[in-house]
Parts: sequence; C-alpha cells; structure tokens
Amino acid sequence: MAATVYNLFVINKSGGLIFYKDYGTHGRLDTNDSLRLASLWHSMHAISSQLSPVGGCTGIELLEADTFDLHCFQSLTGTKIFVTTESGTPGMENMLRLIYELYTDYVLKNPFYEVEMPIRCELWDLNLAQLVRKDGKAGLTGR
Amino acid sequence: MIGVGRSKQNLNVVDRPLGKGKTEVLLSAFAFLFSELVQYNQTRVDNIAELERRLEDAGYAVGIRMLELLCHREKGNRRETRLLNILSFVHSTVWKSLFGKVADSLEKGTEHEDEYMISEKELLVNRYISVPKDMGAFNCGAFVAGVVKGVLDGAGFPARVTAHFVAVEGQPRPRTTILIKFSEEVLQREARLG
Repeated sequence: MAATVYNLFVINKSGGLIFYKDYGTHGRLDTNDSLRLASLWHSMHAISSQLSPVGGCTGIELLEADTFDLHCFQSLTGTKIFVTTESGTPGMENMLRLIYELYTDYVLKNPFYEVEMPIRCELWDLNLAQLVRKDGKAGLTGR
Repeated sequence: MIGVGRSKQNLNVVDRPLGKGKTEVLLSAFAFLFSELVQYNQTRVDNIAELERRLEDAGYAVGIRMLELLCHREKGNRRETRLLNILSFVHSTVWKSLFGKVADSLEKGTEHEDEYMISEKELLVNRYISVPKDMGAFNCGAFVAGVVKGVLDGAGFPARVTAHFVAVEGQPRPRTTILIKFSEEVLQREARLG
C-alpha cells in the first residue's frame, strides 16, 4: 500500500508552527487551525513524556485514530516534525527521518534562514516535493 | 612523528617533499562554515552590494593562496602567462582542487572580446542555499568569483569577476555563471605576444 500523507507540520522547540503543508486530500486546515493543532500537539507531547509509567520516555511517536495516524519525530534539539497519514500507513518512521535529513540540509545550512523562525526556503520546498508528491504519495521509494 | 625514520627526521623542513595534503573535507562541515561566513558578513553590512563585496574579498584571499600552492604542486613552480592557459588553469586545476571536479563549461563572451564565462550547473557553495526573494539577484557565488579574481590578479591578469544566476530552460534551478572581464592592459599584452 502506498503511503498517503494528509498534512505535514514542523514545530520549533517552543511549540510554534514553523512549517505547514497539506496535500489537499483529507483534513485540510486553515491557518488558525494548523497553528492551534501544532501548539496543542507540542503540549500533549510534553505531557505524555511526563505521564509515562516507563522512565526515559521521549514522548508520543504514533497516535492512532479511527480515521488517520499521526506520526511524530523529535530531533535532539527539540524540533518536531509530524505528519498525519492514512490509517495503517507503514514506513513513516523512515519517511520522517528523510524529511528531517532534508530539514538539516536545506534549512539549517541555509545562511538566510533564522533558527526557530518560519521556513521559507526554495530548495527545501523543492526537495520536499520530490519526497512527498503533490497528492501526498511518497515520491522516492527505496531511497 | 610515529613511523618516520631517523634520517627523515633530521632533514631540514625545506628539504622535505611538499605534502599532498588531505584533499577532501566533509561537505556538511564546509556548508556550515560557509553559512556562518555569510551570516557573519551579513550582520556587518547595510546593503547587498556590500555583502557581495565582502564575500568576494574573502574569496580573493583564498584565490591568491590557491595560485601559489597549485603552481608549486602541479606546475613545478611555473605559472601561466597566456590568457587562455590561465583560464583553463582556473577552469580545471583550481576547480578540481577546490571542488573535486572540473567546471561544467568555459566559454568566451559573444558580445565582448574581453569577457569569458565559467558556468556551473550547481556551484558547490550554493548547494544548500536558497536566496530569499527580497535579496534580488544576489548570489553567494560571489565568494567563488573572488577566488577566481584572486588567482587571476595574482598571476598578473587583473580582471573584474562577478557571479550571476542564469535561468536554464527545463530546469527548476538556475545555473551560476562566473563572468570574467579582463582589464584593457591584459588584452593589449596578449595582442603584443601574438
């Protein structure tokens, strides 16, 4: 089954939304809703790691709902990248790592990007579009 | 100095062969360093032209040193004295040593006799850089233009060197062209040499 991504979020370490993209299939959000969801997820993620009965928990990695899955990746610096996908989509962990790789390459190595601020980098958009195609299907399989 | 024989140890430093040096560095390390160089200079300028000039100056210092080093290493202490030879030296020897490959193309300008262009589909310094729209045609290749200027100036071919984005049909990304405009005296000398 091909992976279908509905939305992609990147939030900075204080919970602010710095990048949002929807792939036009399901669950399109307007600007306010996307901001709200991003900061809500940031808090839930933080609470979950505190509430966890097991020590050393880093927060929710996968949230399974009736109609979608939410996969989350947290970098060492606290930047979180998360996607909502079709339920039961496999291989998202790997996909998030690839997205993180693009983020470190085309956002962090760009001298005109200010850390923690909204991402506006042409090369990031370009390479992200190659990884997740317009319809939300994974573009580069087996990379 | 482990593994170095006693006789070698006693050799005077100038008698030892010139080391080849480690020829490659990690691209990520370079990208971060270059990014910092741009950011550092950006905080110290008021306009884009000034930033371009500062990057060019930084590259100029590299160019002067590269010429010296490569003449020693590759040319047996000789440097090129003819226009086309020095251009191909920049296009191949300098490029190979700096970027690990020969530049994509070296062309003569069609409109002016004194203009030459070195083009790269993707200049190494621009690999991860997206220039924001409000900075117009600014190109971080100004650093590389500075390197070329340094080499040419050092070799006795004063020139004005600039970096430009040139859109390519069917490609989402423009390529970078380094435009070299030689001073009048260079062309006069070339003409005298025949």
